[in-house]
Amino acid sequence: MSNNPFNDPSLAGRHRSAYLFKWFTRGSILITLAFLFFFLFDMVRTAYPAMWQAQVKVDVSYNKKSARLSQKAIDKKYRKIVSRAWLRTIPKQLEEKPELMDTTVNQWVLADDQVDQYLKGHHHKLKPKQIKVVEELKSKGLLELKWNNIFFSKGDSKIPENAGLLSAMIGSILTLLVTMFIAFPLGVATAVYLEEFAKDNWLTRFIEVNINNLAAIPSILFGLLGLAVFINLFGMPRSSPLVGGLTLALMTLPIIIVSSRAALRSVPDSIRQAGYGLGLTRVQIVQDHVIPVAFPGILTGSIIGLAQAMGETAPLIIIGMIAFIPDSPGSIFEAATVMPAQIFTWAGMPERAYIEKTAAGIVVILTILLSLNAFAIYLRKKYEIKW
Amino acid sequence: MKSNGNNSDIKIKARGLNLWYGDNQALHDIYMDIHKNKITALIGPSGCGKSTFLRCINRMNDLFDSVRIEGKIEVEGKNVYDNDIDVVAVRKRIGMVFQQPNPFPKSIYDNVTYAPLKHKLIKKGNESDELVETSLTAAGLWDEVKDKLHSPGTALSGGQQQRLCIARAIAVKPDAILMDEPTSALDPISTEKIEALMLELKKDYTIVTVTHNMQQAHRTADYTAYFHLGQLIEYNETNTLFNHPKEELTDSYISGRFG
Repeated sequence: MSNNPFNDPSLAGRHRSAYLFKWFTRGSILITLAFLFFFLFDMVRTAYPAMWQAQVKVDVSYNKKSARLSQKAIDKKYRKIVSRAWLRTIPKQLEEKPELMDTTVNQWVLADDQVDQYLKGHHHKLKPKQIKVVEELKSKGLLELKWNNIFFSKGDSKIPENAGLLSAMIGSILTLLVTMFIAFPLGVATAVYLEEFAKDNWLTRFIEVNINNLAAIPSILFGLLGLAVFINLFGMPRSSPLVGGLTLALMTLPIIIVSSRAALRSVPDSIRQAGYGLGLTRVQIVQDHVIPVAFPGILTGSIIGLAQAMGETAPLIIIGMIAFIPDSPGSIFEAATVMPAQIFTWAGMPERAYIEKTAAGIVVILTILLSLNAFAIYLRKKYEIKW
Repeated sequence: MKSNGNNSDIKIKARGLNLWYGDNQALHDIYMDIHKNKITALIGPSGCGKSTFLRCINRMNDLFDSVRIEGKIEVEGKNVYDNDIDVVAVRKRIGMVFQQPNPFPKSIYDNVTYAPLKHKLIKKGNESDELVETSLTAAGLWDEVKDKLHSPGTALSGGQQQRLCIARAIAVKPDAILMDEPTSALDPISTEKIEALMLELKKDYTIVTVTHNMQQAHRTADYTAYFHLGQLIEYNETNTLFNHPKEELTDSYISGRFG
């Protein structure tokens, strides 16, 4: 040992601190991952029951009495078991199928949310007498949890077993379409101008500082701006995807501009020089050589901006997109709500059955966000120009 | 500082050229005649203004906001800094090859045809195919790439990329080609090919090249200009300048006492 010329006792301490630092950084990653997995696991676990809904097989008598007072269609014993929302559809069923009049049909119908919660083992408000009926039906196989297609085929409802996410999803799609059609071309064009054409002077520097500031403004202020400008000044319809989309476009613009500028700046200047050296005009160089190289980056930034807009709630509350919307909007001028606003509404509902719907809504929105991000990565790989 | 030669052989004339980067004067009162169908090399230590002077000829310095230029560069008798000159037309007539090979991130074929198509020199189809073949042949690259014309130009080796850039420059049919240290990023074998190519190309084009490599200037150039601190110190036929420099500074530089 003594004849080892590389023997340096002071190194031990350095190696130890390097080792500790490595584990400190690893530890923080592990804690972050633990949080993430806990959150995802808990969400999915809470959301899973929302995919199932209790249904009950009962005799439904269609007659004049039940047409007037739909509760009369069900035997008194089972009346509380059946969903009020379903009973309300009896007059409409009779209108669509008049031949049902004066018949009794034994069929699967939607069960009440309390029954549903009882079957799922959650907290419920059933009375002992009702529990007996439920157990009896269950043992006969006349009461089951079935696949819940209401969640994806209906809009919001104050009756939990009848509430779905469809109108909010359509509202989100319409709103994001407006956002995309406004923010993408405006943002990319602004970035191209600032990066490729504008001279570096006090005005462009002023604009640049302000764009960066805009990206940092709390989103609720954009809601106030949207309310003041689009609704009060221009008189656009309140709660509509048009106003929502424009407001989110204002919010997304700085993100698209900043990321597009970064993408354009990362294009090597030698390409521009090559173009000038051949006598090409600036527009030809930018359009045919610079933008194609920057395009994957521009696209990624824009999709991430849109994904952020999709999860935004605060500005939309201000412009009234938090409204109760049972029917899907047919155009961008009709009142609508969006997915995060719907989740917000459900989270505030007193009925227990909304808890699982809230979680299911979050899982849906997370799935869409993750798909959008995956799509962004795919596009970047696909259009990436190899050097 | 004129050199010998018939006046009609002069392609490019610099007359009293001064250039400032902001407050910093980078070129001082340059007078220089560049001969047609000859290779003229600009040599000198780093920061001496040789590249700056080269970029004045096709007005590439216009791209910097802080640059101010006085004096004239006459190409075939017309000052390129006149108000009635379109800078795009100047750069189309005077091609440029850069220090780092910089092919467009497109196919080899598109690299050659993009600018001629935009200048409406050719049409798509047969004319383009012909131009690609003649340009790549002239640049000595045809045999190496004729089977992969539609693969990306950026996938070639450095030397091949630089020859592609030369092919791209001559495809526009310029009058003159400016080369800004065209071989400084290349290995000796690629450098040799580019030098041979320059000697071939001077039959058809006037070539002005900037180089740090004095042997290269000696091997290829017909005329050599020595720049020092923004001034043209000496300009003469290459052999005369290297063997019998008139100025002390030139002598010190070419004998390697500084630089």
